[in-house]
Amino acid sequence: MSVIKTVDRSTARGSAREAASASMDAASRPLRDKRRGQGAKAQLVAWAFLAPVVVYLVLFYAYPLYRNLDLSFRDYTLRSFIDGTADFVGFDNYVEVLTSSTFGPAILNTAVFTLVSIAVQFVIGLALAVFFFRKFPLSSTLRALFLVPWLLPLLVSASVWAWMLNSDSGVINSLLGAVGVPQINWLTSPQWAMVSVLIANIWIGIPFNLVLLYSGLQNIPDEVYEAAALDGANAWQVFRRITFPLLRPVSAITLLLGLVYTLKVFDIIWIMTRGGPGNSSTTLAIWSYRLGFGSGSPELSPAAAVANLLILLAFAFGIVYIRLQSRMARA
Amino acid sequence: MQYSERNIVITTTHRVRAGAALLLATAFVGTLAACSTPTPGGDTAGGSYTLWDPYPDRDASSTWAKAIDACAADLGITIERNSGNTGDTVKDMTTAAANLPDIAMVDNPKVSTLADAGLLTTAAENGLDVSNIEPNILSAGEIDDDVYGVPVGANTLGLYYNPAVLEAAGVDIASVTDYASLTAALEKIVASGKKGITFSAVGTEEGSFQFLPWFWGAGADLTELDSSEAEAALQLWTDWVTKGYAPNSVISNTQGTSWDEFLTGDFGFAENGSWFKSAADDAGYLSIQVPGIDGGAAPAPTGGEFITIPVQKDTSRYATSTKIVECLSDGSAGADALGYVAPTADGQAAQLAADSSLEFWIGAVGDAKPRTADNLGISYGVISEQLYTAVQNALSGAASPADALKDAQAAAAEKLK
Repeated sequence: MSVIKTVDRSTARGSAREAASASMDAASRPLRDKRRGQGAKAQLVAWAFLAPVVVYLVLFYAYPLYRNLDLSFRDYTLRSFIDGTADFVGFDNYVEVLTSSTFGPAILNTAVFTLVSIAVQFVIGLALAVFFFRKFPLSSTLRALFLVPWLLPLLVSASVWAWMLNSDSGVINSLLGAVGVPQINWLTSPQWAMVSVLIANIWIGIPFNLVLLYSGLQNIPDEVYEAAALDGANAWQVFRRITFPLLRPVSAITLLLGLVYTLKVFDIIWIMTRGGPGNSSTTLAIWSYRLGFGSGSPELSPAAAVANLLILLAFAFGIVYIRLQSRMARA
Repeated sequence: MQYSERNIVITTTHRVRAGAALLLATAFVGTLAACSTPTPGGDTAGGSYTLWDPYPDRDASSTWAKAIDACAADLGITIERNSGNTGDTVKDMTTAAANLPDIAMVDNPKVSTLADAGLLTTAAENGLDVSNIEPNILSAGEIDDDVYGVPVGANTLGLYYNPAVLEAAGVDIASVTDYASLTAALEKIVASGKKGITFSAVGTEEGSFQFLPWFWGAGADLTELDSSEAEAALQLWTDWVTKGYAPNSVISNTQGTSWDEFLTGDFGFAENGSWFKSAADDAGYLSIQVPGIDGGAAPAPTGGEFITIPVQKDTSRYATSTKIVECLSDGSAGADALGYVAPTADGQAAQLAADSSLEFWIGAVGDAKPRTADNLGISYGVISEQLYTAVQNALSGAASPADALKDAQAAAAEKLK
């Protein structure tokens, strides 16, 4: 019994016990072994705690990424996808994708879609954030209403936009028609298809910008505004010299997150125009899906190559984001 | 003393725990074994078979589900039905390659793709009798003299018209015999304040399906998309859209949306499928076959699913699977349940006896040809994608019909190289 008690106590205050029993060599050796065992055990426990994250990362990030790379470096057909006998073709799929007549329009469309979307979303979001920052009756109710586009399922918003923009029976054309504007083929003409998906995407993205920028505004100390008011600054000067510069960190993050989110937008475009007519609203994401699943003849390998290019793009912006974040953390 | 006593207690606890664990494990293994115990004996009576179909809109109370239940009852088995989206068939079957269903219903142009991937068995392997199936319907499932499954039935496209609109515009349907007279009729209808024609030119397989009667009717061939015949067909559609005889929305219309437009009663004509026959009957609409460029009837593509038997590890299952397929395709029960024309002459005769108004559509199916015919097989998917892209480009004004078709032919040739 007493032996057990000693051992028990030694775990509780190990170092004290060790000092006290320094002369009792025979007794202290097994004790040290035991502690070494506990160190390994602690290590094991640490790994056990780490395991879920590691398993999660491997299963849901590393493996899919590996599979996608594998798909893009081999020539997969439906048959070889099943029996796993696709030939290694190196960068052939990438060459095919890069020299495809769809590549140019797809890159251009992706750039236009992403840049115009986030620029307009940001400007409108910032204007609304500044507007709602001055508290007025019902301002919080109104602000909540502005979140609706964000809460709606994308499938619903995109379908409703497609419906409203219908050339022959859409409400937008009938409104325009009432003031004498001739029929605009929003979704079915190459000139307007991109504009249409942009309108829908901007509408959906405004709440995201509004919320982030509004919370950024709340972090600007009131004293600065009070000092500006005492100095007699007008509204534009206050915005130009105080709000905008002090909002810069939040703005940067809003823009970068917006960039990554917009790069991968698929559902809105697919539902509204399917990337068409022709290639006029085809972005990289749409192109990849169309190659892989859109037609009766799945081209899995080129589809994976396009997807990898998109991942590379998003990854580059992700690094910019992390750089920016760490620089701001240091500042 | 106390020490040893405690030791004993611990050991006992361990023993109890180990015992409990052993008990649990045994129970678990037992349960597993009970689950995986195969149906005893090899007798064909009994057993559970799986069937995948692309009709999620037909629930358990539908006539189709009941037709399956009836077959299951006849054979003394249970059939587990699983419905997926028709656009996902190829993807679903590919990912399930190791664990395929006993029966899979596959849209006919996809049969060759799945057969080429090695997922389907031939009639020679599974013992299906295909001798009484109408050859033009069956040929969608034929590759190099092997037959992969049988059609549950067939549907095709025709030209519905609204007699009230035609009468008001002074158009006699008998005068509509070729492309020129049809265009003249559309002009009259539009002049009378109504709308000409609606169809589906959407950028998917549906768009190609709808364009093919005009394409084939002009004498064009799918292996040469940029022929002058093909250009004539695409020019016809493009002119209709630019002149306002067809609404601009045809570029994004699915066949369902197009039918909804026709049901407004404002349109003179609508190209659509035999599956809307009963809706057309209710509304008082009639139909003719799509005319050829210089008269006669254009061959329309056949639609409809094949009942296929995917590859199984346990080949003894084919015997019963074959009986299920025969039960669903013999006679007209399966086709009736789906609103299709029966695949056999006997079945068609039975359908005609039950409803004489089906004569038109049975005739149209007889004139129709499968999209994968002319030995296209899996190339059809590649060609079709380029064809509907060309149609989209021409109708939207992104390219002239000639340029659009030239690009399409170049792209298809490049991919089929």
